[in-house]
Amino acid sequence: MNRAVVKRRHRNDKIVTGISLVMTGFVLFTLGTILATLLWNGVQAIKPSLFLESTPPPGGEGGLANAIVGSLMMTGLGILIATPIGVFAGTFLAEYARHSRLAEVVRFINDILLSAPSIIIGLFVYGIVVMGMGHFSGWAGVIALAIIAIPIIVRTTEDMLSLIPDALREAGAALGTPRWMIITKISYRAAFQGILTGVLLAVARISGETAPLLFTSLNNQFWSTDLNAPLANLPVVIFQFAMSPYEDWRELAWGGALLITGTVLILNIVARLSAKQKARS
Amino acid sequence: MLKSFGKFSRAGVLAISALVIATAAQAADISGAGATFPYPIYAKWADAYKKETGIGLNYQSIGSGGGIKQIKAKTVDFGASDAPMKGADLDSIGLAQFPMVMGAIVPVVNLPGVKPGAMKLDGKTLAEIYLGNIKKWNDPQIAALNKGVKLPDSSIAVVHRSDGSGTTFNFAYYLNAVDSNWSSVGVATSLEWPVGLGGKGNEGVSALVGQTQGAIGYVEYAYALQNKLTYTDMVNKDGKTVAPSLESIQAAAANADWSSAPGYGVILANQPGAKSWPMTAATFILVYKTQDKPERAKQVLDFFGWAYDKGGKMAEDLVYVPMPDSVVALVKKSWSDVKDSSGKPVL
Amino acid sequence: MLETATADREKSVQDRRNRFGMRFGDPIFRILTLSFTILVLLILGGVIAILLEGSWPALRAFGPAFVWTASWNPVTENFGALVPLVGTIVTSIIAMLIGVPFSFGLAFFLTEICPHKIRQPIAIAIELLAAVPSIIYGIWGLFVLAPLFQHYVEPFLIATLGDVPFVGVLFQGPPIGIGILLAGLILGLMVLPFITAVMREVFLSVPPVLRESAYGLGATRWEVAWRVVLPYCRTGVVGGVMLGLGRALGETMAVTFVIGNAHRLSASLLAPGTTISSALANEFTEADGDLYTASLVALGLVLFVLTFFVLAIGKRLLLRNTKGTLA
Repeated sequence: MNRAVVKRRHRNDKIVTGISLVMTGFVLFTLGTILATLLWNGVQAIKPSLFLESTPPPGGEGGLANAIVGSLMMTGLGILIATPIGVFAGTFLAEYARHSRLAEVVRFINDILLSAPSIIIGLFVYGIVVMGMGHFSGWAGVIALAIIAIPIIVRTTEDMLSLIPDALREAGAALGTPRWMIITKISYRAAFQGILTGVLLAVARISGETAPLLFTSLNNQFWSTDLNAPLANLPVVIFQFAMSPYEDWRELAWGGALLITGTVLILNIVARLSAKQKARS
Repeated sequence: MLKSFGKFSRAGVLAISALVIATAAQAADISGAGATFPYPIYAKWADAYKKETGIGLNYQSIGSGGGIKQIKAKTVDFGASDAPMKGADLDSIGLAQFPMVMGAIVPVVNLPGVKPGAMKLDGKTLAEIYLGNIKKWNDPQIAALNKGVKLPDSSIAVVHRSDGSGTTFNFAYYLNAVDSNWSSVGVATSLEWPVGLGGKGNEGVSALVGQTQGAIGYVEYAYALQNKLTYTDMVNKDGKTVAPSLESIQAAAANADWSSAPGYGVILANQPGAKSWPMTAATFILVYKTQDKPERAKQVLDFFGWAYDKGGKMAEDLVYVPMPDSVVALVKKSWSDVKDSSGKPVL
Repeated sequence: MLETATADREKSVQDRRNRFGMRFGDPIFRILTLSFTILVLLILGGVIAILLEGSWPALRAFGPAFVWTASWNPVTENFGALVPLVGTIVTSIIAMLIGVPFSFGLAFFLTEICPHKIRQPIAIAIELLAAVPSIIYGIWGLFVLAPLFQHYVEPFLIATLGDVPFVGVLFQGPPIGIGILLAGLILGLMVLPFITAVMREVFLSVPPVLRESAYGLGATRWEVAWRVVLPYCRTGVVGGVMLGLGRALGETMAVTFVIGNAHRLSASLLAPGTTISSALANEFTEADGDLYTASLVALGLVLFVLTFFVLAIGKRLLLRNTKGTLA
C-alpha cells in the first residue's frame, strides 16, 4: 500500500512537471512566433523611404517619417514633463513622508493610476485639453502620455530612494547639510541609476501606447511638427493601416510595429542592464 | 545633480523652442474629417493638389458620423458626410452643404471560386441576409437568383459598419425601400444590427470581408476595386440586372432634382431606370456659413473648386461620377453665402 | 589688499547664497515635492470628475438601469452598458482561465524545476512578452491567429463540443475566426507575463526553511509547490491574479482588432462581441449626439469603477504578502 502511494505521488509529480514544461515551452514558442512574424513582415518595410517619406494615400509610395517624428516629439516631451513631476513626488513619498497617512493614500492612488486603462486617461485628457483647446493637438497627446508615465516614475523613484540606507542621510545631517541638499546631493546621486531605469521603463511604456492618442493627437497624413494641431504618431498610424485592406498600408503597419517593438525591447534591455550594473556596484 | 538637471532642462527648452520656430514655417494644411465613402478620391485629389499648389489636405477618414461631430465641434475646417443633413439642422447649426461626387455602394462577398460580377442579389434578399433571416449561402432565395453558381452549404458571416456611417445610411435607406421588414432596424448612420460583425470604415469592412471566408459586406465600389474584392451585380427597381459602373451610376443620378432638397441633400437609392444602379449615393461637404477663419475657408473652397474643375478624370478613374455642370454652377454661386464675421464673402 | 577685498565680497555673496539655501531651501524644496505629490492626487480626482461630468447626461437619462440594459441603438438613442460590460467580463474570464494556470505552470517551472543557469534568461524572455506593446498583439491576432482560428480551431471546437449539452451552447455559429474566444485568448497571453512575474516573486518570498523541511520529509516538487508554497503565499497569488484581471479588464488595442464589434449578446464564444474599451476606441471620435457621447463616457466610468475595485482588492492582498517592488 505504501509502495502504491509513493508510486502515485511520483507519477503525479512527473505529470505536473511535464505539464509545466509544456506550458513554458508553449509560451516561449508563442513569444518566438510573435517576434518572428513581426520580424518577417516588418523587415520588408524597412527601407530608407520608411524614414524619409510621410504616410502615403492608399496606393501610393511612402513611409512613416511624419509618424516617427510625431511619436518622438510626443514621447520626448511627455517624458520631459513627467520626469520632474514623478521624481519630485517620489522624493516626497520616500524622503519626507515615508510612513504618513498621506503617503499611503498617494501610493495607493499612484498604483491605481499605474494600472488604470489608458483609454480612460485618453478620455480625461480629451475632456480637458481637446475640448478646452477646441481641437485635437499634439499637446493633448503629450499630456496624455505624461499622465501615463508619471505613476511609473513615482513608483520607481520612491522604491529606489527607499533602498538607500538612512545612514548616508544621517551622515550628511551630521555634517550640517540642510535637508534639501541631503536629498539632492546624496540621495539623488546614490539613486541616480535606479531613477534613470524608471524613466527608461516609462519611455518604453508610453512608446507603445495607442488608446490615449486616439482621442487626443488623432493623426495627420502629412509632415508636420506643429504640436498645436493633430500630429501623426506611430501607434495610431499602425492602428489605421493594419485594419485597412490596402497591401502597401499593411506593409507600413508591420514596419511601424517592428520599429516600436524594437525600440521598446531595447529600452527594456538597457534598463535591465543598468539596473544590474547598479546592483553589482 | 541639480546642475546636470539644469543643463538637461536648458537643452530641452532650446530643443522645444527650435521645434516651435520650425513649425511656424509650415505651409498651412486644411483639415477635414468624415465619410470613408469618398476617401479614395479625396486622397487622390489631395495628393495632386499638394503637388500643384503646395497646400496639403489632412483628411481623417473616420466615418460620416465622425465628420458631422467634428465639424459641429469646429475641430476641423470641413466635414464630409454621405448622409445629408436635414435643412432644419443645417440652418440651426449654420452649415452650408454641397455634393462633391457620386459613387456606388456594392455588396461584396468572399466565396471560394466566385469571381467579381458572377453573382447577383436583389434588394429584398440583401435585406433578409442583413436581418438574419437568410442564414446560409445555399438558401433557396439566393440560389434562385444565381443558377449555375456553386453556393456552399455554409453560414453567411454578415459584416456591417461599427462606426457612424453615411454608407450605412444610404444602404439602410435602400433596404428600407425594398423590404418592409427593415423598418424594425431603421434608417440612420448608426444602427442596431440584428446580426453580423462590425468593421470600422469602408476600410474595415473591406478588410474583414477580404479575410473571412463566407462573408458578405457593403462597401463603396472603389474599395472593392482597389482591394480586389468580389462584388455582386444587383437587380434594380426596373427588374433589370446591372453591374456597378460609371454608366449605371450616371443613370441613377439622371433623374435627380438637385435643388429639391436643402443643401442638395438628394438620396439616390432605388432610382428608376433600366440601367440604374440601385445603391447609388452622393457624398457631401459641410462648411460653416459664418467663418471665424476666413483665409482657411477660402483655401477649403479653392480646393473644392479645383476638384470640381480639374478632378473629374481622376474621379472617373476610380469609378466616382463627378457632379453635373449645372449643379457645380449652382454650388459655386452658393459659395457667396460663406462669409466671414463681418459679412464679407470669403471668396 | 584688493584680493582680500574681492575675496571678502565673494565670500559674503557666497554666504548670502548659503544662508538663503540654509534658511529657505528646505521649506521650498519640501513644498515643491509636496505640491507634485498633490498633483498626482489631483490627476486621479480629475479623471473621476471628468468621467462623472461627461457621463452625467446619460446617467440622468437612464439611471442605474444603464448598467443592465442590453440595447445600443444610436437611432432611438437607447443605450445600455450590458453588452460591452458582459463582453469585458467574459473576455477577462477567458483570459484568466488561460492565464492563471499557465502562469502557475511557468512560475512552478521557474522556481522549482528550471536549472539555475537558464532561470534568468527564461524569466527575461517572459518579461519581454510583457514589454511587447498591446497593438502588436492585436495585429498578430488579426493576421496570424484569426485565420488559424477560422480554418482549424473553430471548426474543430464546433464539431467536438458543439453538440455537448450545456457546454455546446458556447460553441455555436459560423467559424469567423475573430470573436470573443480569440479576444479572450489574446488577452490571456497579454496578462500571462504579469501574473507570472508576481507569482514568481511571491513563490521566491517563501522562507527556504519551509520548502527545505518539506523536501526533507520526502515531498515531491509538485507537493512542495501545491501544499507548502501555495498555501503560504495564497493572498499574494490572489493579489497577483487580481492585478492581471485589472489589466485584462482595461486592455484596449489587443481586443479591438479581434473582437468583431458587435453590440449583441450571444451565448456562443465564437460570436463577435464588444468590450467597453474597444467600444470606446471604435466609436468615441465618431459619436454624434450628446446622449451618445455621454453614454460612451458612462461606459468609461463603469470600466473605471470596475478596474478600480479589482485593482484595489489586488493591491491590498499583495501588500499583505510581500513588500514593495512589484509591478
